Amino acid sequence: MTQVQAPVAIGVEIQPKRGSRRLGSVPLHIVLTIIMAIWAIPALGLLIASFRTAAATNRSGWWTAIAPPYEFTFQNYDYVLNRAGFWDSFLNSFLITIPATVLVVLIAAFAAYAFSWMNFPGRNVLFVVVVGLLVVPLQVTLIPVLSFFRDIEIAGNKLNGTILAVWLAHTGYGLPFAVYLLRNYIGGLPREVFESASIDGAGPATAFFRLAVPMSVPALASLVIFQFLWVWNDLLVALVYLGPIPQNHPLSVTLANLTTNFGGNWQFVTAAAFVSMIIPIIVFFSLQRYFVRGITGGAVKG
Amino acid sequence: MDFIAGLLANRIVAAILVVIAVPAVLVGYIALIEAIVSRLGRRWSGAIRPWLWMAPALAFLGVFLVYPTIATIIRSFQNRRGDAFIGLDNFVWFFTRNDTLIALRNNAIWVVLLPLLVVGIGLLIAVLVDRVRYESVVKSIVFLPLAISFVAAGVIWRLMYDVDPKVGTLNATVKAAGGQPVTWLSSAPLNNVMLILVGVWMFTGFAMVILSAGLKGISTELLEAARVDGANEWRVFRSIILPLLAPTIAVVATTIVIYALKTFDIVFVMTNGNFDTDVIGFRMYKELFNNTQPGRAAAVAVVLLIAIIPVMFVNIRRFRQQEAVR
Repeated sequence: MTQVQAPVAIGVEIQPKRGSRRLGSVPLHIVLTIIMAIWAIPALGLLIASFRTAAATNRSGWWTAIAPPYEFTFQNYDYVLNRAGFWDSFLNSFLITIPATVLVVLIAAFAAYAFSWMNFPGRNVLFVVVVGLLVVPLQVTLIPVLSFFRDIEIAGNKLNGTILAVWLAHTGYGLPFAVYLLRNYIGGLPREVFESASIDGAGPATAFFRLAVPMSVPALASLVIFQFLWVWNDLLVALVYLGPIPQNHPLSVTLANLTTNFGGNWQFVTAAAFVSMIIPIIVFFSLQRYFVRGITGGAVKG
Repeated sequence: MDFIAGLLANRIVAAILVVIAVPAVLVGYIALIEAIVSRLGRRWSGAIRPWLWMAPALAFLGVFLVYPTIATIIRSFQNRRGDAFIGLDNFVWFFTRNDTLIALRNNAIWVVLLPLLVVGIGLLIAVLVDRVRYESVVKSIVFLPLAISFVAAGVIWRLMYDVDPKVGTLNATVKAAGGQPVTWLSSAPLNNVMLILVGVWMFTGFAMVILSAGLKGISTELLEAARVDGANEWRVFRSIILPLLAPTIAVVATTIVIYALKTFDIVFVMTNGNFDTDVIGFRMYKELFNNTQPGRAAAVAVVLLIAIIPVMFVNIRRFRQQEAVR
């Protein structure tokens, strides 16, 4: 990890935000403020609605709640957090999301490295096929994959309905985008780096773990964020492959049941939305520091 | 209670195992294949190595995407029960009906507008926030919608677009400006644009994060050198940032074009395909689950697969060019 962090720290030091002086900074701040307002207003509306009763939201706009009389209530959050099985499903979400993210990122990085820096016949054709698989709609795969899971047994247990099945499915579905993104980034790294490593006697495994991975940190970080988000918020895959047993259900399924079981209790969805957003936001914030200039900057000197 | 506590403890043990075991197995796999390959002759190792590095990815793709896709293509030529081949009948059905053709037209609007707005605004934000101190604040706000589930996004945007100016944010604004309330979601073709704007709100964060990561990869020395040589900011953007970022822009644009082709969730939660807002991704879902017409649903999916060919063609050309300059 020190290998990764050292250049980041240097990058921060040598890169004060000098650009702001060049572009007239007043229009810059105005444009960014407008953008922030447009993006924040719907989310703010959702946040305020989550603290109001359904009757109040149906009667008047969320913006009226900012002024007195204040009618805020915690009953939506109270209901969501105290549902039976809420904390179990919270843990299940981690058990599903973390392995599904690690699997996709590592397997895609191996493949992307092979596509970028190894020569083999049919390389471009195979790559186009992989990216072409991005277009396959998820709904198309449900029935064939479900029957595949039903046929497989591991140690006497059917794969269907287990958390393992959900990892495997998410890994398959996430790979085309992951390979595409990483092939693009790893393929764009400077050739000299890998040539000099090879001359110094480093094998592909060393070049991959010591050079390609540390230099691709911004791309890997964005991939981790998106795969994490996608699996965390996924409803369809979990519903289909886990089946109706609530014991294995992740947060998304448990929260979606809030509305379907009681018919349009959408005010609970607003509270549920903020509860389930917390973890993805933490992941985003903790990975944001890797989006810093200067990671590849010094790699090709001399 | 003991049982629940035991279960939780077991799960936490399982979780720790999983966090360590999954990466260990994968790194171990690479160590193992390299140990084997390096013992082979030079000729053999060069031929076998790439396939071993790609093997896990190819296995996953084969099971979860290639095999279902082939099954779908075959299914698209079969009848409803899947026991007889009926030639192109399913495709004739698709291209001769008014509602499917409207869905196709709506997808055309999605495919043009969504990538244009998402990539354009995402690039603008990525370039602008690079110059301010509150970069992480802007990024977090634009990223926020990605973390919201589609169901919740549907709730909030129905409130935004509500016809009643007392409840609907947008019509309250229109009324405050002295206009008449607009039926945002039920008047075609405006409603398609309104749905696309929900997509822009949700996916600009995606474009911004990836483009920003690409932007951070451009060396500072290069930008500073251009500025020292007297290039203004627009020139730096046009002549350095844009060409160097082109591969990343292409990745984002391709991903969004494909999302626009497959679009389903937003239509599902906002209008349920009513008022001429149907799209082919939703059409397929309805044929598969509501009308139980798997043959027709498969044909709709095949139309999607065919629609992507031009995008793939552009991508191949770009990769050839990238190979040439590298």
